[in-house]
Amino acid sequence: MFGFLSTFIPRAIVQGIPLIFGCTGEILTEKSGNLNLGIPGVMYVGGICGVIGSFFYEQSAAASGQFSNFLALLIPLLCCLAGSLLMGLLYCFLTVTLRSNQNVTGLAMTTFGVGFGNFFGGSLIKLSKSSMTSVVLSRTSLVYKTALPFASSLGWFGKLFLSYSFLAYIAVLLALISSYLLKKTRVGLHLRAVGESPATADAAGINISRYKYMATCIGCMIAGLGGLYYVMDYACGVWSNDAFGDRGWLAIALVIFAIWRPGTGIWSSFLFGGLYILYLYLPTTMEHMELKELYKMIPYVMTVVVLILTSMRNKRENQPPASLGLAYFREER
Amino acid sequence: MKSKEPVFHIVKRDDLPLYKVIGIRLIAILLALAVCSLVTILVTKLNPLDVFRAVIKGAFGSTRKTWVTMQNTSVLLLIALAVTPAFKMRFWNVGGEGQVLIGAWAAAACMINLTGKVPEWFLIVAMSVTSIFCGAVWAAIPAFFKAKWNTNDTLFTLMMNYIATQLVACFAIVWENPKGSGTIGIINNATEFGWIHIGNKYLLPILVALVMTIVTYIYLNYTKHGYEIAVVGESERTARYIGIKVDRVMIRTLLLSGGVCGLVGLILVAGVNHTLTTTLAGGRGFTAVMVSWMSHFNPFTMILTSFLLVFLNRGASEIATSFSLNTSFSDILTGIIIFFIIGCEFFIRYSISFRSSARAKEG
Amino acid sequence: MESNNIPIVKMRNITKRFGAKVLANDKVWLDIYPGEILSILGENGSGKTTLMNMLSGIYFPDEGTIEVNGQPVVIRSPKDAFALGIGMVHQHFKLVDVLTAAENIVLGLEEPFDIAASSAKIRDICSRYGFDVNPDQKIYDMSVSQKQTVEIVKVLYRNANILILDEPTAVLTPQETDKLFAVLRNMRSDGKAIVIITHKLHEVEEISDRVAILRKGQFVGDMLTKDTTPGEMTNMMVGHAVKLNIERPDPVNSKPRLEVKDLSVRSPDGILKLDHVSFTLNSGEILGIAGISGCGQKELLEAIAGLQKAESGSIQYVEDDGSLDELLGKDPLEIRQKGVALSFVPEDRLGMGLVANMDLADNMMLRSFRRGHSFLTDRKAPHDLAEHVVHDLEVVTPGISTPVRRLSGGNVQKVLVGREIASAPSILLTAYAVRGLDVNSSYVIYDLLNKQKQNGVGVLYVGEDLDVLLELCDRILVLCGGKVSGIVDGRKAEKMQIGRMMTSLGGEA
Repeated sequence: MFGFLSTFIPRAIVQGIPLIFGCTGEILTEKSGNLNLGIPGVMYVGGICGVIGSFFYEQSAAASGQFSNFLALLIPLLCCLAGSLLMGLLYCFLTVTLRSNQNVTGLAMTTFGVGFGNFFGGSLIKLSKSSMTSVVLSRTSLVYKTALPFASSLGWFGKLFLSYSFLAYIAVLLALISSYLLKKTRVGLHLRAVGESPATADAAGINISRYKYMATCIGCMIAGLGGLYYVMDYACGVWSNDAFGDRGWLAIALVIFAIWRPGTGIWSSFLFGGLYILYLYLPTTMEHMELKELYKMIPYVMTVVVLILTSMRNKRENQPPASLGLAYFREER
Repeated sequence: MKSKEPVFHIVKRDDLPLYKVIGIRLIAILLALAVCSLVTILVTKLNPLDVFRAVIKGAFGSTRKTWVTMQNTSVLLLIALAVTPAFKMRFWNVGGEGQVLIGAWAAAACMINLTGKVPEWFLIVAMSVTSIFCGAVWAAIPAFFKAKWNTNDTLFTLMMNYIATQLVACFAIVWENPKGSGTIGIINNATEFGWIHIGNKYLLPILVALVMTIVTYIYLNYTKHGYEIAVVGESERTARYIGIKVDRVMIRTLLLSGGVCGLVGLILVAGVNHTLTTTLAGGRGFTAVMVSWMSHFNPFTMILTSFLLVFLNRGASEIATSFSLNTSFSDILTGIIIFFIIGCEFFIRYSISFRSSARAKEG
Repeated sequence: MESNNIPIVKMRNITKRFGAKVLANDKVWLDIYPGEILSILGENGSGKTTLMNMLSGIYFPDEGTIEVNGQPVVIRSPKDAFALGIGMVHQHFKLVDVLTAAENIVLGLEEPFDIAASSAKIRDICSRYGFDVNPDQKIYDMSVSQKQTVEIVKVLYRNANILILDEPTAVLTPQETDKLFAVLRNMRSDGKAIVIITHKLHEVEEISDRVAILRKGQFVGDMLTKDTTPGEMTNMMVGHAVKLNIERPDPVNSKPRLEVKDLSVRSPDGILKLDHVSFTLNSGEILGIAGISGCGQKELLEAIAGLQKAESGSIQYVEDDGSLDELLGKDPLEIRQKGVALSFVPEDRLGMGLVANMDLADNMMLRSFRRGHSFLTDRKAPHDLAEHVVHDLEVVTPGISTPVRRLSGGNVQKVLVGREIASAPSILLTAYAVRGLDVNSSYVIYDLLNKQKQNGVGVLYVGEDLDVLLELCDRILVLCGGKVSGIVDGRKAEKMQIGRMMTSLGGEA
């Protein structure tokens, strides 16, 4: 049993890391009253931008023969952040400045973002006239996968807590910082007020648009890192189309499951990560492979149950931000 | 005291004359197309004329291509028509994907389990009934909870998509053919038992879509149900004031919305694809939401909008294939088009006026 | 009280217009003194709240000057007002439900964020003036009076010296009112200037040092409370009776149509809005309902129309043959299906009575769309009705297919009343039927109501203008705090008498 857990838990955590990024990003966004259904698209864009940055760096490094670990880390990271930021700005421009419908904008962003990721992932080699046969960024991936040096020497403890790459710890750290920000700071208080009751916040002199832009853009950048982590660490630098799958939607589901709390989001992500791969461990015979697919349904069913229960219990803290999905327009007095 | 207010402010417009509204939308579409061709040119280094030619060729290059374009337009249109009554009631049914899948699942279940046991007409009736029923129930579940406890409709319908997807994935293995392939394959490939074709294999969805466009238009605009939907969507208080039972209307409308999605599932399985996969709906449940929204819930406008998106999609795929690029290129263009169309609504609903004159007066 | 010191606020010649027609404040003068409680007294629509909104930065005056501490000032936003030490507690609280009291109080402040320190400061304020607020309590867990306290503390936390309260007692029980007044007295002894907007005479007498009276947007006068009498204040508030020359045909064949017995209704906040209300509405008469706004008129009409759950009592419809139908507990559709032709012109015309985005014909259909067994709606009849209404009531509209939101207030009301009358009601409920209407439109409405009365309809007319009530209605029921203060004969009653009955049960001053 212990042996099983010590292999299962690290894998669940690795699965959970992209979800933490997505979930934390979406929580910040939703706290400002923006329901960003474009998160799946943003995570694809974050991933592919990192890939593009890394691809060109590896190409040029191969040509010049010099490879700097630091640049290999920094360039994809910055590309990823820039790409996701642009997506966030696009969403905000449409929904906050132009007051478009958030659901429609979000869905369009997901279509666009997933298409963007798959297109460049599938066409990068062709477009850059490279001699490579597929997008494999093994050198960058090695940099990203660097675990803590003493992880392997500490047995199960090291394996359980220390065997992950730096982005994994950043994910947890960002969730904790977001949690602190929301609970303990003035910015967090104002952000919550904006999402709950923009009219009240406006009357208190808070700049609604600025908070919505900031929260959504930062949220998108965090979510984008989830895509980067997936490609560089989990997928070992290999981009394959649609491999990221529905993790973006799962992240949105997680926001509900975590009842809009980034701290709760951490363990929920690990839980969902575990549920995501649970089918690999559950006893199924070769005759009943279909059960595995049913097991994959569990996270979504649980999310629905949580959604129903919170609406039935009607406990005010556990509700979505009251103005979620609505554009704010101060009528002329 | 110096005013920190911005020099311009935004006010809601009353109404623009129709020609201006259409003008703004046309400009937006033209701008979007310009950006799309720019992107295409950057990626392919084609000259603009060739881009245009390639798109046309992709959509209408051969008889078969023309048929496929029309068929795809019809399927997208049908899903858009299905989700529209719900939207008009301000119920965000983003679960079209799941409702289509569950309808398709029901149709496939009938085909696989009843083949050889019942006459063909019975199979077709059974398929129709079960797929429409399943789609309807799939949509009515979130509606019930929304009506009863105001459970968030967007998120609930969204989750229902993935539950349906996994259900289909599960049965794709149960019904796999041949064993070990993990896919269902073409059902009744040899006998074509239970396949619904009218004339050729493209015509069925086109005819159904045409009929449904007219039916939806009449339903929304000329029936008592349609009127109730409109009142509930505009103002729940008014609805209560005249004695409309809001929860009942909500569930009834979603039964209908889901039922039509189930019908699309039936058409896809029995009339178009003859198989069941998790990607059968192919994101069209989401695209349909955007089609419905961009068309302002008008079924006839939806024909044009669906056509525009499918046309671009086919053209972009053609370009992508001929340059051995990834076909997701079309999704990028779809995204760009939609961004422009939803963005331009702002200029229809609001006007920007500058404050300078007002300030001069106050100062 | 030393009222001979220098005013802390001087408002001079303040004028505010809304649109071209409504003159909310007309050259109003007002002085506010420190260490004094000032009541601003006036009927609904007399411009009290508008005046104070200009002091607290919600509105900007069209004309006139404001001086604070002897300095001319420009107040453009609530922030500007706070900077000058002016804070206002509005009737609709501006609080975020899921946040705690302390979080709401510091919301929007630029000071370093430290909830513990803020809570300490809040407790300090509370103990100084005698408030009872738990800084860590969430707003949604609070009673209305607690929420109000949070609003007051919010203002004090920002070091306001001038505190404005808009009808603070409207939502409070008598005990809570006593507590509030005790706190206000403490603040007064602390040297703060306090303004309460009210229309309750006994409160003016109980709490205030000085009273300023507004009528129809104009400043009528101010005086020390101890030097005046309720009679004088009522006089100044309502003014002299104005002859309006509204026709009033005598009721013919009047017999009971609606029996309301012991009707009690509680608001979602748990406040008793109607307290054992009983009366009879007869056919062929107009029964007026007078009362300060928010003392149960809305709940009464909505309970009769089947839109409001009641705690106890009964509402019985009297058929022509004398048999009784219970209406309470039925929704509007069930009432209709019962065969009771009940029409209702609600206060919120575009939010409830009509659908703002629909055109005239579609709005006509609201009442009639269920008619017939066809699955389709009958489009012709509502269209004809719309043309009929437009023609008969002289509705000014570009056409039948114009959305009603684009019509002016008077025309919106004509459309609504026209539709409600068209369904041949036996009972017609109207709430503020002429509010915001110009003189001509108002007379059109009076005529319509009189015609209904002559057709034998029992009309319930909730109004705010006493002059109109006195000339239009056969009987007037006066509500006071959710109770029936009395029912008077519209032909014999005196304006002063009704004014007194509105402010105290039975009218004993």
